[in-house]
Amino acid sequence: MTIKKNISGAEALIHCLIEEGVDLIYGYPGGAIMPFYDELYKFQDKLQHVLTRHEQGATHAAQGYARVSGKVGVCVATSGPGATNLITGIADAMIDSTPLICITGQVPSHLLGSDAFQETDIIGISTPVTKWNYQITNAKEIPEIISKAFYIAKAGRPGPVLIDITKDAQFDNFDFKYSKCKGIRSYKPIPQINLKSVEDAAFIINKSKKPLIVWGQGVILGNAELEFKSFIEKTNIPAAWTILGVSAIPTSHPQNVGMVGMHGNYGPNMLTNECDVLIAIGMRFDDRVTGDLKTYAKKAQIIHLEIDPAEVNKNVKANVPILGDVKQSLPLLQKLVDFKNYTNWYETFKEHDKIEFENVIKNDLYPKKEGLTMGEVIKEINTATKGNAIIVTDVGQHQMVACRYADFNLSKSNITSGGLGTMGFALPAALGAKMADPKREVVAVIGDGGIQMTIQELGTIFQTQAAVKVVVLNNEFLGMVRQWQQLFFDKRYASTELINPDFVKIAEGYYINSKRVSKRKELRKSIEEMIKSEKPFFLEVCVEKEDNVFPMIPSGASVSDIRLS
Amino acid sequence: MKKNYTISIYTENSVGLLNRISAIFQKRHINIISITSSASEIKNVSRFVIVVNLSKEVVKKVVHQIEKQIEVIKAFFHTDEETIFQESALYKVASKSLFEERHIQNIIKNSHAKIVTVNTEFFVIEKTGFRHETEQLYKDLAPYGLLQFVRSGRISVSKAPMKIKELLKQLKKYSNE
Repeated sequence: MTIKKNISGAEALIHCLIEEGVDLIYGYPGGAIMPFYDELYKFQDKLQHVLTRHEQGATHAAQGYARVSGKVGVCVATSGPGATNLITGIADAMIDSTPLICITGQVPSHLLGSDAFQETDIIGISTPVTKWNYQITNAKEIPEIISKAFYIAKAGRPGPVLIDITKDAQFDNFDFKYSKCKGIRSYKPIPQINLKSVEDAAFIINKSKKPLIVWGQGVILGNAELEFKSFIEKTNIPAAWTILGVSAIPTSHPQNVGMVGMHGNYGPNMLTNECDVLIAIGMRFDDRVTGDLKTYAKKAQIIHLEIDPAEVNKNVKANVPILGDVKQSLPLLQKLVDFKNYTNWYETFKEHDKIEFENVIKNDLYPKKEGLTMGEVIKEINTATKGNAIIVTDVGQHQMVACRYADFNLSKSNITSGGLGTMGFALPAALGAKMADPKREVVAVIGDGGIQMTIQELGTIFQTQAAVKVVVLNNEFLGMVRQWQQLFFDKRYASTELINPDFVKIAEGYYINSKRVSKRKELRKSIEEMIKSEKPFFLEVCVEKEDNVFPMIPSGASVSDIRLS
Repeated sequence: MKKNYTISIYTENSVGLLNRISAIFQKRHINIISITSSASEIKNVSRFVIVVNLSKEVVKKVVHQIEKQIEVIKAFFHTDEETIFQESALYKVASKSLFEERHIQNIIKNSHAKIVTVNTEFFVIEKTGFRHETEQLYKDLAPYGLLQFVRSGRISVSKAPMKIKELLKQLKKYSNE
């Protein structure tokens, strides 16, 4: 237990962070958080602070950091607008289960509720999008609350926690004692595994002729990559992934049958409605995964391995739920399941793959037309990075293409805004990802719409010199919305065409090496140059304006109504 | 099929938890029929009683999402048949009508309501019971002029035991204390 006599709340806050192993935080100063920043100045050698150019950038950077490091990401902002600017990132972290601590300054406690300058009820505002939040009005509360905050952010299904601290609580002195939180009476983060349900699941799996595994981010969040790989290899069951689950095992794994969901692969989507057992592992049956629930996997018995009881039976009724941590439940289940060849079943996947290749993939990766496709850019990034990079994507067409085609050899390598679909996520998240693991290559793939939502973070990248590689796929459209307008709104392109600035000049303005490519013969060389660069690099690729992402399950349709064109 | 469910929630006693719980209903666009919060049989543990009109399927999901909140110890849901429930109502009437309208005295007597206070200006009647009983008294008194009327949310205890003390003992091993 760490003890410090008579220190300020602000200093105590810093000691708490250091005690929790934090050495890097993202933030933006302002009036109500100044005592904290003043103390931070004295602890620069122990706690690095990265000044983002907007508080939203601080949350996304902390998210990128958390998703790559597996640790809790920390960001700081002042009261009022500083605090409200965090909300998008917090909501994103909530829906994607990212452990985050957001510290906000607040007006002095005697002014609470008086509409003071830069006062906002951030506890009220953040309640629906936080796993937990708390307002500290007394310095003495700091150690206990911060230790609880770290515990809650990380325990069980992770999530964001917001701690609001009044300015007087930062100034007041008290005797500081710190011990880490080991549990909270009213919170049981990991449900106990019911062995009977494990046996029931094994019985169903062993009788199955056409089983399908769908895994999600729970495998990665539970550090269960090895257990998962071992489980699927023992059973030999085909395994498909959700957008946040990919990279848990190498994409080259022979049992990997691709992505499920709206722009997922043809085989796993079609065959979801053919399988006789669906084993869902650490995923939550998002509507973008299931399409129409009334027709989803109706021939299958559903086995759902899940840590959060509120997710079981929420969207899809589980015949056998296995509550608990997959790191523990998978080995238990593995012991009871048999290996089978499933030769015909795998053959069916291959037939579907062939159809998808002929109708979609061939044109995406080996185009005959003049304009560049997003797919071939991702293919060249794969080649240049040998599948070892962390790929950070924004939201839209480029995101779907990148997730479909990127190669991943290592876990925690696909960083994207899955549940919330936050445009502007990628640039700051890539910075956080790079700072979490500076030795690894980090490539941010962003559309021309999304980049302009947080483009000012190029300034943070320049200032930190974090060698993030930024690829902007420019089709001069809000491409995904335009695609929907083309397919479902009779080509009424309402407010989706963008007249863009000179992105290369903007990057140059931030002193970042930059380049523009619009011809196929220059693509490979430019990507190689970007990857070889030891500094941040900005590459704009001008791609075909009106390409669409296929396959596609139209909104509300069944997964087997997936369209190839 | 939708019906009335009483959701009982045992929680730690903390600021902002009401907001956190009501946000779950708001998110699903569910109207709360009545809500009360009070002390429970256990020291420092609060109890919310919320009445909603929902299908069993939805109420189950809502209760799971309530239980997920860090400071919620346990949540239950029950049908009307599975609980003993009451509401309280207060009726403020001008004193002169008590003396001028003799019928009021019969109404009070027949309804088994209690007179809480009487003074020269007004008197206050209290009635605890089922909704239809407090409503009947309202209807009976309304013609004589109600100065004020107020009714509490539902309070309820379940017929089956909830075993919170046992649960807290079990949970103790997770706690920091």
